[in-house]
Amino acid sequence: MSNAPADRRYARSHEWVRDLGDGTVEIGISDHAQNSLGDLVFVEVPETGRALTAGEACAVVESVKAASDIYSPLAGTVVAVNEQLASAPELINQQPYEAGWIFRLRPSEGAAVSGLLDAKAYLAVADSE
Amino acid sequence: MVDFGGWDMPLSYGSQIEEHHSVRQHAGLFDVSHMRALDVSGARAGECLRLLLANDVARLKDPGKALYSCMLNEAAGILDDLIVYRLAGDHFRLVVNAGTADKDEAWTRGQAAPLDVRIVARTDQALLAVQGPQARAHVAALLSPPDAARALNLDVFVGAQIGDWFIARTGYTGEDGFEIMLPAEAAEELWRALTARGVRCCGLGARDTLRLEAGMNLYGLDMDEHTHPLESGLEWTVAWDPPERAFIGRVALERLRAAGTVRRLCGLVLEERAVMRAHQRVIVPGEGEGQVTSGTFSPTLSRSIALARLPPGQAREVQVEVRGKLLPARVVRPPFVRHGRALI
Repeated sequence: MSNAPADRRYARSHEWVRDLGDGTVEIGISDHAQNSLGDLVFVEVPETGRALTAGEACAVVESVKAASDIYSPLAGTVVAVNEQLASAPELINQQPYEAGWIFRLRPSEGAAVSGLLDAKAYLAVADSE
Repeated sequence: MVDFGGWDMPLSYGSQIEEHHSVRQHAGLFDVSHMRALDVSGARAGECLRLLLANDVARLKDPGKALYSCMLNEAAGILDDLIVYRLAGDHFRLVVNAGTADKDEAWTRGQAAPLDVRIVARTDQALLAVQGPQARAHVAALLSPPDAARALNLDVFVGAQIGDWFIARTGYTGEDGFEIMLPAEAAEELWRALTARGVRCCGLGARDTLRLEAGMNLYGLDMDEHTHPLESGLEWTVAWDPPERAFIGRVALERLRAAGTVRRLCGLVLEERAVMRAHQRVIVPGEGEGQVTSGTFSPTLSRSIALARLPPGQAREVQVEVRGKLLPARVVRPPFVRHGRALI
């Protein structure tokens, strides 16, 4: 059984978004996603300053099994990336909701989290896969 | 869990990479009961296998000795790769892949029919592989002192019936260890005894990264009915001598060898941070194009390694198309890792 903290929202494509309260959000992948991917070996993060549209492929997580695109759940500008993932991709497996965050975004004007799922709805999606 | 040749098998029990490292550094346990054992016996069993296999069972002088071989069709296409043991004089055991087991059994029975050879599929047996530098010691600890001594005295690629277990010093990981064939109903107890000793359960995922680091082919990816041993890095398994031994596929294989333009199965090492996967395109400057037959991330080397079939030639530098990008890779001679040590 995977878990999904209630303090954030989720995309159907298995990314989570946490409001950091300073006008930026943090984005990572869910426990369900890391578990299906298996041991991660490489993570390709977006460049800081890059403008993203909602749903745009902007990062790649590669496990022993397969490579997967990560889609930005919101439109916005990348303000930070998790540099630790370059040498320790396993952080995503170990702590998908904390140390395994992937990038931070300043959402564009009007970008809304309302189209995203809450934890309960996301778990229903994840468990049905 | 995934379907593997009709068997439900775990890709991993926990972290695949940790399972991999356990085998390189300590000991790991694999349930490989999906592989099928075919016992071949009768006065003409040896004759039958000398016809059926590209390697020569006449090389198995002593009981218990094992040999790795391809089984070919008339066109020299590889029907399967297998291990054959001589259990006793006229009694042999083949251990074949799960995905090809039905086909292999039918083919073997067809070839054996005129020779009055008896073939028994040992579906009553389970097969557990215990692999790693400490694997043999863990198995020996479960045996009586005289049986333990016999097991520990087995040479590489030799097996022996010790009590209810057929213990062989073989494997598919590039590490020392045993493969133990035992009555299926006794397998769970052995599994529990080994895991209780700290031997780690390993799934198909670790089995694949271990065999690839060890430079061993996987049937269905690195070779199949449409490829022959010479272009699969397996010429060393073809016993050309004696020349009068007319094994199935020999005529076609000799023709291919004489033609001399044989593709080569090579090892590749990727310098960049990406992972090569089966079927990716390989560009060989001046020589043409080839294909990755199997690729993965090597936990021991912390980079991607692959086997690839390339056009005839000597190129040492190639490019692999990984997710739309051409990345440089180095051509190497497998194995990549043996006995816990990087070789490239």
